[in-house]
Amino acid sequence: MRVARITFGLAIIGACLAVSPDVQASLGGSPSSVQDDRVRMQGALRQVVRSGPFTVHEMQSATGVVVREYVSDAGSVFAITWQGATFPDMRQLLGPYFDRYHAEAERLARSRRGHGPLTVDLGDVVVQSAGHNRSFTGRAYLPGNLPQGVGIESIR
Amino acid sequence: MLVVAQHVTPQCGGSGSSSGSGMPQNMVVISLNAGPTNDAFNVPFISVTVCLPGQTSGCQTIDGVEVDTGSSGLRLLSSALTVALPRQKTTSGSPVVECFPFQDGYTWGPVATADIRVGSEQAGSVPIQIIGSSDTPAAPDSCTSSGGAAENTLDTLGANGILGVGIFRQDCGPACAFVGSSNPGLYYACGSSGCQVTTESLTQQLQNPVWMFPQDNNGVLIQLPNVTPPGQVQASGLLFFGIGTQSNNALGNATVFTLDDSGNMTTTFGSSRSPGFIDSGSNGYYFLDSATTQIPTCADIKDFYCPPGTLSLSAGNIGANGRSNTVSFSIANADNYLNLPDSLLPQIGGPFAGYFDWGLPFFYGRSVFTAIEGQSSSGGVGPYFAY
Repeated sequence: MRVARITFGLAIIGACLAVSPDVQASLGGSPSSVQDDRVRMQGALRQVVRSGPFTVHEMQSATGVVVREYVSDAGSVFAITWQGATFPDMRQLLGPYFDRYHAEAERLARSRRGHGPLTVDLGDVVVQSAGHNRSFTGRAYLPGNLPQGVGIESIR
Repeated sequence: MLVVAQHVTPQCGGSGSSSGSGMPQNMVVISLNAGPTNDAFNVPFISVTVCLPGQTSGCQTIDGVEVDTGSSGLRLLSSALTVALPRQKTTSGSPVVECFPFQDGYTWGPVATADIRVGSEQAGSVPIQIIGSSDTPAAPDSCTSSGGAAENTLDTLGANGILGVGIFRQDCGPACAFVGSSNPGLYYACGSSGCQVTTESLTQQLQNPVWMFPQDNNGVLIQLPNVTPPGQVQASGLLFFGIGTQSNNALGNATVFTLDDSGNMTTTFGSSRSPGFIDSGSNGYYFLDSATTQIPTCADIKDFYCPPGTLSLSAGNIGANGRSNTVSFSIANADNYLNLPDSLLPQIGGPFAGYFDWGLPFFYGRSVFTAIEGQSSSGGVGPYFAY
């Protein structure tokens, strides 16, 4: 238990906050970028739920993938989750983080010695991708942008 | 390092009614070893033979093919394939190319047709994927946007191919047969103007070869030996086709867990409750996250758990049919074991937020059944898992 706390503490201390506020893609973006994502996914807004110091915008893409975007009161998207029979457009959802995520996934594929869920921890962003045929899920979050008192167990 | 057994087999395409080797017709040996990359762990490999459709010659046996109960369809690396299998084309003559998503990456390559033989079981004219074919255009952005790694080479796929013997008859299903924005876009027509998403009928899609066998076609049974911790260099197990179709694949006292539409049961761990599934294509127990389990991930590889000492844990599986039982398992510090020369590591696990993936260590010392959707068996109509 103690070791786990230390691990996450270091991740937050080491987080990088260099995200431009006018980037029109979701993770790290402004609340309006949530709408951009929905339009790009040809999706439908299902619900907006207030939960403590953040708001969850839940939408469903045309392909049936349920995407939840977590917007802090400070006005930025600090986490995204997805669940569906296929992947959402991760290039759109991860925006400026996509290329680094993809590069690290490629590196891990050469070193993981078998298949399994993918955890990419780049310090300022963590992306987890998992599932099986016709059932995929995952989450991406910015450890340094989590509202105070919000743990990653809230992102699901 | 590429290790591919190749030999022309004149009797390929024959009746397949007997193997001639004394082995039961519905059984093949699983090799648990370092595989064609020479570094795999917890990966089950078998040999698969492909032949030109309807031909009695032009066959090739490829070893180092991973057995995956988490997907459906046969996918072979182009670099491992020497037989020129006929390619599938759209009605307008464009090659059909697939972008197939796995949890950690995707495969990209053309759809071809082959007769498939595994042991003595045969399926005719089955659509398969040829991964990483040099004569296919690069994967379009809509394919790479899943974000995972391109797994089109031996070092990224970790096998010469993947034999998906999962719960689905087809890899995509009805969604890929629909026109319009609801199509998940697994199949592309790659014509002169580039690769565009195309509709693919159920019969054109990659098929789980098992349900196309004339017999023993309702699922598979995997039996792997018990493995004493910390590990074992190599071992062999058995893959049986059919459930309750022969004397060697009876359900016995196994519990049947029926599944939801996504192919999941429910797994409980402590106070958490999450979707769960059994997957021979995952090389560990992957479950929940550190915040929930209080198990730290490794400092270097976040894909694995690294508890200070080995943990004895238990979790409960509950089927959609309400059947349940409890599974005991152990998670050790992965950093202490990944340097061993062992290809069987029964106590390796890692995070999978909000889910429970019973990977290959779950199979050690068990008989695990995977029943195909819509197929009848002694345990009822699939899909279900049973153990």
